[in-house]
Amino acid sequence: MGKDTVYTLLSIPLFLLCWELFYHVFVGNPLLLAPPSKVLPTFAELAAGLNPRFFMPLDMAYSLFHYALGFSLAFLAGFSLGVLVGWFRLADKISYPVVELIRPIPPIAWIPIAILLLKLTHTAAAFIIFIGSVFPVLLNTQNGVKSVERKFIEAAMTLGATNSLVLLRKVIIPSSMGSVITGARVGSGIAWMCVVAAELFGVAPYGLGYQIEMARLYHSPEIVISYMLAIGVLGLLLDRGYKLTERKLLSWRIGLVAT
Amino acid sequence: MQPSKGRILVEIRELRKEFEGAPPVTAIDGIDLDIWEGEILCIVGPSGCGKTTLLRIIAGLEKPTSGKVLVDGKTVMGPGSDRAMVFQEYALFPWRTILGNVAFGLELKKLSRNEIVGKAEEYIRLVGLSGFEEKYPHQLSGGMMQRAALARALACEPHILLMDEPFGALDAQTRNFMQGELLNIWEKTRKTIVFVTHNVEEAVYIGDRIVILTARPAKIKSIVDVTLGKPRDRLSPEFINLRRGVLESLREEMLATFHSGR
Repeated sequence: MGKDTVYTLLSIPLFLLCWELFYHVFVGNPLLLAPPSKVLPTFAELAAGLNPRFFMPLDMAYSLFHYALGFSLAFLAGFSLGVLVGWFRLADKISYPVVELIRPIPPIAWIPIAILLLKLTHTAAAFIIFIGSVFPVLLNTQNGVKSVERKFIEAAMTLGATNSLVLLRKVIIPSSMGSVITGARVGSGIAWMCVVAAELFGVAPYGLGYQIEMARLYHSPEIVISYMLAIGVLGLLLDRGYKLTERKLLSWRIGLVAT
Repeated sequence: MQPSKGRILVEIRELRKEFEGAPPVTAIDGIDLDIWEGEILCIVGPSGCGKTTLLRIIAGLEKPTSGKVLVDGKTVMGPGSDRAMVFQEYALFPWRTILGNVAFGLELKKLSRNEIVGKAEEYIRLVGLSGFEEKYPHQLSGGMMQRAALARALACEPHILLMDEPFGALDAQTRNFMQGELLNIWEKTRKTIVFVTHNVEEAVYIGDRIVILTARPAKIKSIVDVTLGKPRDRLSPEFINLRRGVLESLREEMLATFHSGR
């Protein structure tokens, strides 16, 4: 076992130790914060589905559902629009000011409109997630399409790809795949963060974000932190999933790029 | 006139090309040229003279300002697989394997998957890349990449193969070797090849005719018939004489460029 491995293995225990000490030295009140010695057993109990009031497996399912709905719509819209504005200069000119105006508005600012328009529904939650994740997908796709090397397009044309739909399908999209996947990964990360915000306002009686707020009302910081932990773990797993997909879809780049 | 000359495949008529700008740049100023079916026509000229532009107009990648190019009696309106092109920088699709690259043009025709793979493999064999079908372009050497690009162009079964300084990025040995390989492939396919190069030795080694262009704006300065039998001996007196002739002709043009400050 190398030195680096030892440090990596020490990282989490060391962090837990600092947290434990911090709790006992500075807080010491179980209504305000919980030490890891209390959180970890609580987390295990919740994750196993042993607490009927906070039934975490179902909360995970609800959150993943909100995430999947919001993000898949964001991906579809972001990708199609990205190709459109990347390829057609006119589409870019028309949409650019609107995109740049809407993009800086944080997803949370959309919550009132989402509730007014869509009521307390899954769709409202998905909408918040959509707003948060559509722009990274769109901008990265657009960037990828715009930076397709001219020589590839010319080569394809002299090989008979003279129709622009064929060029799009066979040259432009495959060659911008790297950017598209980067956009999807960044978008997915934001989408997952938006899940909490989207569920806080109570679209459903379940969901990781919803339960965090409930646990706060119950003055159970150990449950709050357990749900935070669940969000972290699932987010990490999602990102790993994208990394694997990326490696698979972009296997042609192995040896061509540094990492 | 060589006896082997048969049908005219490409007719270039009063071709002019001006690039917009301030001031506009005339790249080609009146070129008339016939290209015979089955010949290897080399185009040489001082750098920046417009030889690549001429090739790109034949390919349909640039539109002439006036005049026209006819291939098989039909005016060129845009790019098409009857005029496949091989680029200096290979332009192989990095996301496709060698097989995938060679199959690209075939996929656009109404062929079954088996026919596509069969044909692609046939051309991969022709250029000597068997065993590398599943490699990606960046895993190959420059010479091998250019073979793959050649196979990709040939697989479209074009009437004419346009080559834009295809061996320009290769080292000297690989370059000489590839010239020989190109001639072998030509023996088997008898394709009409238009080959742009700045390397006079290369033109004399592979060309049936050599078109020498003037400094910009390009006009035809002279056309040299290369009657030496193939394979040619690069060190024979006849070869060296021809080479000297073309080089001197080019030097005049280089000097013209230099003195006019163009």
